Amino acid sequence: MLPLKDIRNGLMVAGWFVFLTFPLMVIKVNPVEKTIVWRWPNMLYVAAGSFIAYLYVKLAQKNKKAAILVACWTAYLALPLIRYFMYQDISILIWDTTTSIYAAVGAFHMILTLCLFHKHHILRKILSGIWLLFIGTPVVMLLAQAAGKILLPKIPAALHFLTPFIITIEHIQFWNWIRILWVALACYLLYSSLQTYLASKRNIMPDHLTNEPKIRWSQYLYKRPVYLPLLTFCSTFFLLFPHLFSTYQVNIMISALMYVVLGLGLNIVVGVAGLLDLGYVAFYAVGAYSYALLNMHFDLGFWVVLPIGGILGAFFGILLGIPVLRLRGDYLAIVTLGFGEIIRLVLENWNDFSQGPSGISNIDRPPLPGVDLSLEGSIVYMYYLTIVMVIFTIFVVNRLQDSRIGRAWFALREDEIACQAMGIDKMKTKLTAFALGATWAGMVGVLFAAKTTFVNPASFTFLESAIILCIVVLGGMGSIVGVIISALVLILMPEYLRAFSDYRMLVFGAVLVIMMVFKPRGLISSVRRTYTINDETL
Amino acid sequence: MEPLLNVQKLTMDFGGIRAIDRLDVQVHAGQIVALIGPNGAGKTTFFNCITGIYKPTAGHILLQPPGKKQKRLNGLKPNKVTEQGLARTFQNIRLFPNMTVLENVMIGMHCRTNAKIFGAIFRNPQTRKEEQYIVDHSYSILKKVRLQTFANEYAKNLPYGAQRRLEIARALATDPFMLLLDEPAAGMNPQETLELDNLITQIRDEGLAILLIEHDMKLVMSISDYIFVVDYGKKIAEGTPEEIAQNPAVIKAYLGEDVEHA
Amino acid sequence: MVPGIVAFTGKFFPHSFTLLRNVADIMDFFEPDYFIELLFSGLTKGAIYALIALGYTMVYGIIGLINFAHGEIYMIGAFTALIVSTVLSIYGFPLLAIFILAAVAAVVWASAYGYTIERLAYRPLRNAPRLSPLISAIGMSIFLQNYVLLAQTSDFQPFPALVPDFAFMEPVAHIVGSTDLVILVVSVIVMILLTVMIKFTRTGKAMRATAQDKKMALLVGINVDNVISITFITGSALAAIGGLLIASHVGQINFYIGFIAGIKAFTAAVLGGIGSIPGAVLGSFILGLTESFATGYVSSDYEDVFAFSLLVLILIFRPAGLLGKSTIEKV
Ligand SMILES: Nc1ncnc2c1ncn2[C@@H]1O[C@H](COP(=O)(O)OP(=O)(O)O)[C@@H](O)[C@H]1O
Ligand SMILES: [Mg+2]
Repeated sequence: MLPLKDIRNGLMVAGWFVFLTFPLMVIKVNPVEKTIVWRWPNMLYVAAGSFIAYLYVKLAQKNKKAAILVACWTAYLALPLIRYFMYQDISILIWDTTTSIYAAVGAFHMILTLCLFHKHHILRKILSGIWLLFIGTPVVMLLAQAAGKILLPKIPAALHFLTPFIITIEHIQFWNWIRILWVALACYLLYSSLQTYLASKRNIMPDHLTNEPKIRWSQYLYKRPVYLPLLTFCSTFFLLFPHLFSTYQVNIMISALMYVVLGLGLNIVVGVAGLLDLGYVAFYAVGAYSYALLNMHFDLGFWVVLPIGGILGAFFGILLGIPVLRLRGDYLAIVTLGFGEIIRLVLENWNDFSQGPSGISNIDRPPLPGVDLSLEGSIVYMYYLTIVMVIFTIFVVNRLQDSRIGRAWFALREDEIACQAMGIDKMKTKLTAFALGATWAGMVGVLFAAKTTFVNPASFTFLESAIILCIVVLGGMGSIVGVIISALVLILMPEYLRAFSDYRMLVFGAVLVIMMVFKPRGLISSVRRTYTINDETL
Repeated sequence: MEPLLNVQKLTMDFGGIRAIDRLDVQVHAGQIVALIGPNGAGKTTFFNCITGIYKPTAGHILLQPPGKKQKRLNGLKPNKVTEQGLARTFQNIRLFPNMTVLENVMIGMHCRTNAKIFGAIFRNPQTRKEEQYIVDHSYSILKKVRLQTFANEYAKNLPYGAQRRLEIARALATDPFMLLLDEPAAGMNPQETLELDNLITQIRDEGLAILLIEHDMKLVMSISDYIFVVDYGKKIAEGTPEEIAQNPAVIKAYLGEDVEHA
Repeated sequence: MVPGIVAFTGKFFPHSFTLLRNVADIMDFFEPDYFIELLFSGLTKGAIYALIALGYTMVYGIIGLINFAHGEIYMIGAFTALIVSTVLSIYGFPLLAIFILAAVAAVVWASAYGYTIERLAYRPLRNAPRLSPLISAIGMSIFLQNYVLLAQTSDFQPFPALVPDFAFMEPVAHIVGSTDLVILVVSVIVMILLTVMIKFTRTGKAMRATAQDKKMALLVGINVDNVISITFITGSALAAIGGLLIASHVGQINFYIGFIAGIKAFTAAVLGGIGSIPGAVLGSFILGLTESFATGYVSSDYEDVFAFSLLVLILIFRPAGLLGKSTIEKV
């Protein structure tokens, strides 16, 4: 447990924060009507929050694993509470026979895995496979539901033993997959907790548990056999998505996927080449406005403008890059920020050109040749377009990273001077990274204009750049998987936790600071490629 | 015969400080030339001027690549200098710590290969062939410095001596005809120094000229063909190791004024 | 100077190519009152920029970090002053007391925020790669903006006039307001105090030593951590004074004022040569005056574009600024 000293310091920290936040958090004045509102509960929240945060950091410094578990448990227990307070929905808390069976299987598996077999024992591998199935069941069920919706009118009778996991509303049956996931997660958390507890009692642990080689879970993700099944799961899920969810949710997913592409584009610039670009959104604006304007004035279609948007983005990237890229890193950041703001302010003020703050509306959606799309259909079409864009981007970025150019980018991030001494043209290499990032921003800009059919300068503020930066930083500089996950989490979370969406930017700011202080390489750090060489003499 | 590297009256000022003062240095083909002098004498600055990292205040740096026209290096960017065939290592190791050992060497081959973005994306046969060549050649260089077992290890995880050798390997990958080594033996134990001695002579025997900054006098005296001594940015002596060992000015610079009076 | 700016703006924005908008403007140009009015408003702006820019330049000089959250400190200073002065005026305090107490509160809390930010977001990153603290600073800036937004409001809040109209200013009141005078006087006093502190006190000497060489300063027994904290506290205090003064000059504030002011003050610091204290003051006055004259004689639409363009151009063509020295990175 934590020593008394930490608790005392925690109280002092809490006191300091109470003092610090006192005028802004507690007092609220109305200077016109001359009234004051004293919000004393806020003081309590600040005190409790900072006290707990301090203790948590202390715990994390002492025992990282325990800290992670505490965080998981908290999030885990908070989820039903949030659901309860937001929707008065307690369905995942109901405990019945099937749930119990499900949980029991999990617990049994957990004990078996933990206590009986060595890490490399074949049985343990099999058990791990079962475990994957167990966790994956909700996803399978979800897919089954989709398939069911398409192929079968009803869930087959053979599966009716699972009824507690099925919600029936007026003869339509849904899988209550959140509840299944919830139970499965409980098992996993219990398993991890038990393992950590045993690890802390080193002497009563079986030998094979203490000697397990440490594997970072990022490496695990890349190299272990979970990779393929996981990939299959995810791709099926994303392919079926428009058939599973409402148009509203498809729309949200489209924007999330656009951020995935933006994140991957900025990742080339910031994550891979190490150039802090705070004006990324300017190139996004270039793309969006090029489609809006070309569509309005010359009636050019989506498919024509998509490459034009990319090329214009690259063009602006090079235009800005040539004078700017020789600057030192922090100056580069500020100049790009200034450039981003200039573009936005020009769009706002130059009415003849951009129609000012009111923006441009009635932009054409992308047409599907030969088909007259309904609104809903065109959203689904848009979804698949974005998916194609994501796949294309992943493909390109992945190939670039392991190429001659990609290596030069990485090296440039590591040490500019050594890089030049190795014969790499610093300017040229930086410029390609910068222009390539801008190309992607330009293309997504076109996509964005086509999706919303409306653009105005307010969509391209500095905060937008900050969000994209946050995606890259959280995901892990230079890591493709990391960027995808963090884009989805950061964009979808505030959409689904509507009650918290006001706190979105607050959280993003905090994420940037916390990541830099505690985990500067991101949640999933990139792993360099290894080469196998046939060398007889080895 | 024309020297490969001919530096004339090189001068470098930092604000008010003159770090190098009208220094003349020549390196001939097939030689190991040492540049010695006390700390702060300006040796590293000399390397930085030649390799284009600093812009010298005055003087000429003339390079004579074998079988090509003479070239003036003043004002060239570092990467252009490397392209001319002049490679270097750094006194305080500057590897790419989060890249693998093999990749570090592969970076060295950047300026001798030319796959572009489209090649990288489409992986046409030509690019694939080049990539294979880069891997194979880099690996053979790693073998030369006996780091092949670490090929897939991150550079930051290597022991100190191995990192110094990796710097040499990376420099060799740029396919130079002349190698500038800045204190390659610093921090090495006697065994490692001995191995380094062999490596440097081996590289020389393969036809490269070597300009070497080193504080380990045993190493310098045993492998150098010619030595320049600098102090406070000025050349105070030059000659063969035997001549230098007897030079009173050198002894004074190294051991201080008192020696005379003692 | 003015024709140059006109030509410059004209080149970039041909559609607004109206040299001087009409005949009246040309008359205004020769109108000494108008000129003096613009001069004073430029000086006032410059003084405020200087108060903020000093914080940027001091922090940059000592730890080489662009403290992105500095503009937010200024904003928090202004908000604290607003809250305190409203509360006090409701309880019926006299104007002078309100002014002084609000200033003290603004300084105390802004300094506390500056200190806390340094401890939380920058100190752990002292030895990290250069970009890490910068990203952390950007995060801090976004966090503080939204913190104030959520804790207070997103609307503009009217800020009470804390400076009375002095009787002796009556004859020139249509050209130079009393607030302008107070701003100029206060900021000059503050700058003199700062100079004295840095030149002559022990802390000031420790600051200069730390700025030159952190390792050596540590070796001769200077508590570098404390010196850095003091730098942040001083810079924040200056920004808070700036926040209070400008808020009572403009008459309204919101959570976003720190961002623009911060960028402009940063521009001024870079213009003068970041890391140099006289440079920051010089750059601020140049920026304030050019802005004032450009908006007065040319067009006010592009005021911010102008500042940003200036920033971009200086960084590209003279990154060392007017008074800064360019150094060669040691390899
Ligand atoms: N970038 C620089 N800025 C200012 N002074 C420098 C710089 N680089 C080197 N010097 C100075 O030049 C002199 C020579 O340094 P250096 O070449 O590193 O010496 P050596 O390698 O012989 O030990 C030293 O006094 C050093 O402080
Ligand atoms: Mg040296």
